[in-house]
Amino acid sequence: MSGPFASLLVRDLRLAARSGGSAALALAFFALVATLVPLGVGADLKLLSRIAGGVLWVGAVLAALLSLDRLYQGDFDDGSLDLIALSPLSLEQVALAKLLAHWFSTGLPLTLLSPLLALLFGLSAEGTWALFLSLLIGTPAVSAVGAIGASLTLSLKRGGLILPLIILPLLAPAVIFGAGAVTAALDHLPNGALGLLSAFSLAAVLLSPFAAAACVRLNLAG
Amino acid sequence: MFRYANPAVFMRLSGVLLPWVSGAALIALAVGLYLGFHVPPDYQQGMTVTIMFVHVPAAIVAESAYGLIAIASLFSLVWRHPLADTAARAAAPLGAVFTALGLVTGSLWGRPMWGAYWVWDARLTSFLLLLFLYLGYIALWNAIEDEARAARAAAILALVGAINLPIIKFSVDWWNTLHQGESILSGQIASVFLWPLLIMALGYMLLFAALWMIRIRTEIVTRRARNLMQRAA
Repeated sequence: MSGPFASLLVRDLRLAARSGGSAALALAFFALVATLVPLGVGADLKLLSRIAGGVLWVGAVLAALLSLDRLYQGDFDDGSLDLIALSPLSLEQVALAKLLAHWFSTGLPLTLLSPLLALLFGLSAEGTWALFLSLLIGTPAVSAVGAIGASLTLSLKRGGLILPLIILPLLAPAVIFGAGAVTAALDHLPNGALGLLSAFSLAAVLLSPFAAAACVRLNLAG
Repeated sequence: MFRYANPAVFMRLSGVLLPWVSGAALIALAVGLYLGFHVPPDYQQGMTVTIMFVHVPAAIVAESAYGLIAIASLFSLVWRHPLADTAARAAAPLGAVFTALGLVTGSLWGRPMWGAYWVWDARLTSFLLLLFLYLGYIALWNAIEDEARAARAAAILALVGAINLPIIKFSVDWWNTLHQGESILSGQIASVFLWPLLIMALGYMLLFAALWMIRIRTEIVTRRARNLMQRAA
C-alpha cells in the first residue's frame, strides 16, 4: 500500500467517523429492521430462525445503501474530488480506497452486529456463524456494487431512490447466496453458497473500481 | 457501421427498410399464429402448449434487446458512435415491455402446467431481475439532465448489468430449476412445434426491429425539431 493510497483511506475513514456517526446510523437501521420483521410476521421462533438469514441479509444491504450517497457526493460538491483526481493515484486506486473505507465504516460494523441480531431471531449457533461469515464475505460486494451506483448517480439532485433501483438488482446474487449459506448451515447440507458468494464478492471488488472510476471521470469532465 | 452514424443517412435507409420490415413482421406473425393454433395437442400439455408460441419469442426478444443495448453501449463508450446512444435509449422501453410480456405469459402458462403463477427458480428470478435492470437503465437516462453525460452513464450501467444475460441463458443448466431446460438447439423439440415457434420468434424480432427503427427515427426528428425551435427563439 503506497503512501497516497493509505492516506486517502485513512482520510475517508476519519470523515466517516466524524460525519455524524453514519456507521451508528446504519447499525441502528439494521437493528430496527431486525426488530420490525418479527413484529410483522409474528413471534414464532421456528419461523423466525428459518427466515433470519434472508431478513438480516436484506436489512444489511439496505443499511449499507443508506451511507452510499456520501461516498462520492461530499467530495464532489466541495471540489475535493477534482483535487483527488489530480493526485498521483489513478482514479481506479481512488475508487478502491473509497470502497475499502466504506466497507470498514459500514459493512464491517454491520457484520459485527449481526450475531446479536441473530439472537432476536432464535438462530442456532451454526446458523449465526454462517450468517456472520456470509456477511463478512458479502458486504465488500455490497460496498463495491454500491460504489458503482454512487458514482453513476453522482451529480443527480434528486438522486434519492434511483440509487437503490440501480444497485439492488445487481446485488441479488449476494442476497441469494448469502442467505443461502445460512439455510445450508441450518439444513446441514453443503450447497456451495459461500463459495459462490466469495466468487461474486471477489469479482465485484476487483471490477467495481474500473466502473466507478469511469463514472467519476465522466462526471468530473462534465 | 459508421456510415449509418450520420442521422440523415439513417433516416433514408430506415425509411426504405421500415415498410418491408413491418410487412414481413405482420406476415410472419400471421403465419406463425395460424400454424400455432393448428398444432396437434401436446401429449402432456394438451393445447396449453400454444402459450409457448407467445411466451418463448417474447423472452428471446427481451434478452436479445438487452444484448443489443449492451453492444450499442460498447459502441457508444469505446468508438464514440453518435447514433449508438439514441439506439440504446430507444430500445430500452421496448425491451422492458417484452420482458413484462414474457413474465405475464410465462405466469399464465405456469398456472396450468406447474400449478403456480410464480416460483422462485433461477430462470424466473433472473428474468425478473432483467426487468428491473431495464427500469433502472430507463430511470438513469431520465434522471441525468445533460444528454451526453446521461448517455455515457447509461452505457456504463448497461455494460455492468450485461452480466445477467449469460446467467439467464444458462440458469436452467446450472441450477435445478422447474423451468424447462434447453430444447431448441439440442433438437429435442418436435418439429411440428419447432416451426411455428421459429416463425413466431422471427415475427417478434421483426416487430422489435420495426418499432426500434420508428423510435430512433422519432428521436432524430424530435432532436431536429428542438434545434429548430431553439434557433428560432
